[in-house]
Amino acid sequence: MAKTNIIDLSAQALDCLMPMHLQISPTGHILHAGPTVQKLRPEGGLVGARLLEVFHLRSPRSVQTMDDLRDCVGKRLKLQFREAPKTGLKGALVMSDGDGVMVLNLSFGISLVEAIREYDLHAADFAATDLSVELLYLMEAKSAAMNESHKLNRHLQAAKIAAEEQAFTDTLTGLKNRRALSHIMDRLLTEQRAFGLMQLDLDFFKLVNDQLGHSAGDHVLQRTAAIMVEHTRQDTVLVRIGGDEFVLLFPDLRDARQLLMIAERLIAALEEPIPFGSVNCEISASIGASVVQAGCFEQASDLLEQVDQALYASKRAGRGCATLYEADKFSGDPATIELRSHEMRRVRPGYSAAAETDMQSKSSSA
Amino acid sequence: MHGLVFRSFESFILNSYGQTTWIQVADKAGIPRQGLQSLAEYDDELALDILDAASETLGRPGSDILEDLGTFLVSNPTTEALRRLLRFGGASFAEFLQSLDELPDRARLAVSDLVLPQLELRDNTPGSFNLTCYWDHPGPGHVLVGMLRTMADDYGALVLLEYVGADNGKETISIKLLDQEFTQGRDFHLAV
Repeated sequence: MAKTNIIDLSAQALDCLMPMHLQISPTGHILHAGPTVQKLRPEGGLVGARLLEVFHLRSPRSVQTMDDLRDCVGKRLKLQFREAPKTGLKGALVMSDGDGVMVLNLSFGISLVEAIREYDLHAADFAATDLSVELLYLMEAKSAAMNESHKLNRHLQAAKIAAEEQAFTDTLTGLKNRRALSHIMDRLLTEQRAFGLMQLDLDFFKLVNDQLGHSAGDHVLQRTAAIMVEHTRQDTVLVRIGGDEFVLLFPDLRDARQLLMIAERLIAALEEPIPFGSVNCEISASIGASVVQAGCFEQASDLLEQVDQALYASKRAGRGCATLYEADKFSGDPATIELRSHEMRRVRPGYSAAAETDMQSKSSSA
Repeated sequence: MHGLVFRSFESFILNSYGQTTWIQVADKAGIPRQGLQSLAEYDDELALDILDAASETLGRPGSDILEDLGTFLVSNPTTEALRRLLRFGGASFAEFLQSLDELPDRARLAVSDLVLPQLELRDNTPGSFNLTCYWDHPGPGHVLVGMLRTMADDYGALVLLEYVGADNGKETISIKLLDQEFTQGRDFHLAV
């Protein structure tokens, strides 16, 4: 081969271009180590040692002798220090002309970050053309950007939870929720307006939920909401306060009889079987009602407690009925109230005894 | 302008002046008190509104606030990542200066839609440079002055910085590098 393009480079020049290179004698001894490789073994001992005693060749694995190594010229090598820290390195091997000296250039490859930590390397330890520092830059920049993105995600998640907490709507039924109820009641009381108040609990709902599953239960709750919308005026405030419990608020309604008529209609409508798939869900409702007079000074919570007492009386009286709260009849302890329950003004709508018996027998077997 | 720029400003006001001041600034500028989103894009005009609001609230000229912002960005522990990213620009302050014109491209490597002002460094005489910053509105130049001053401390270099002025979408800063190794500087390791 014509040797016309031979470039003679000094050791310094090679160190500048390849600070991680080794020069290896034909006998396999390290003749020279670049400045950065030397930093990897600060205790020294590289120059003069046998290459294959310092490094273990991980690829190609067959390399045992210098003759094997000479066959690797031009190939990609994977090496590892035999002594700790057992840093992995990538290598490329070339043969110089004439004297049989080999040049092995090394790089950290993917173990770059660990190596930099391990050996406290600096930008100046890498060749000017080496992209290692750019790679480190990119890794940090990416993690900073990811960090910001995670922060944003956490922020949005928190905002979503806060928005849900502040929402006034019950997501299942589209009715108002308990939070909305207290706002609206407070407003009516502040404005000193009269209103009708009703608490409605579904009867036998648990049975539907337990026997037919949650989706049937959800369907019944949604149908209940629709029935309430159908049987009330637009200004009626319809609230699901939890589970199968509802509160209805009738602004400016002062007439107890009217309130009980609405209750009657609601119970009758809710007792119509609700089809779900191939089955009919049969429920009913118990209602406690009261009329809050204009200028009432009682707290919203007390008013709700009163309709709850009336509701309790309806349940005691056999469910599927409505009871009007009357202050004089509801004073005293709960036991007394129970005794007097027969005196309360109750309304029993056209109610199918068979259905009730049927459901109750199911209930007791459940 | 990228949301990250707005977040930086918010973080600067919160850290330097506290929550109450930030709420005053946000209310005055008509932005949400919880700040803007870091990964969204906003009108440049909004940045000017927020700066005006801050200037009015703090009773300080906008240019001073922006310079403090620059200092904050590369010295506060909450934005340590940014200081580290800048230190990757070079092993010495002079090398760092030479890397500044790569800054917008470097930023885009990290966040592809983050557009930063184009920077151009010109050597006048040895140790004396002019840095030109191109942007539609004056302002980034002042941030740069704050950043460069703090980065010089970080590298341990002694420099004289002067905001020369703004002219038709470009701002000029004169930099005199008096001593590269004036002090020890702050530690920097390639890997943390």
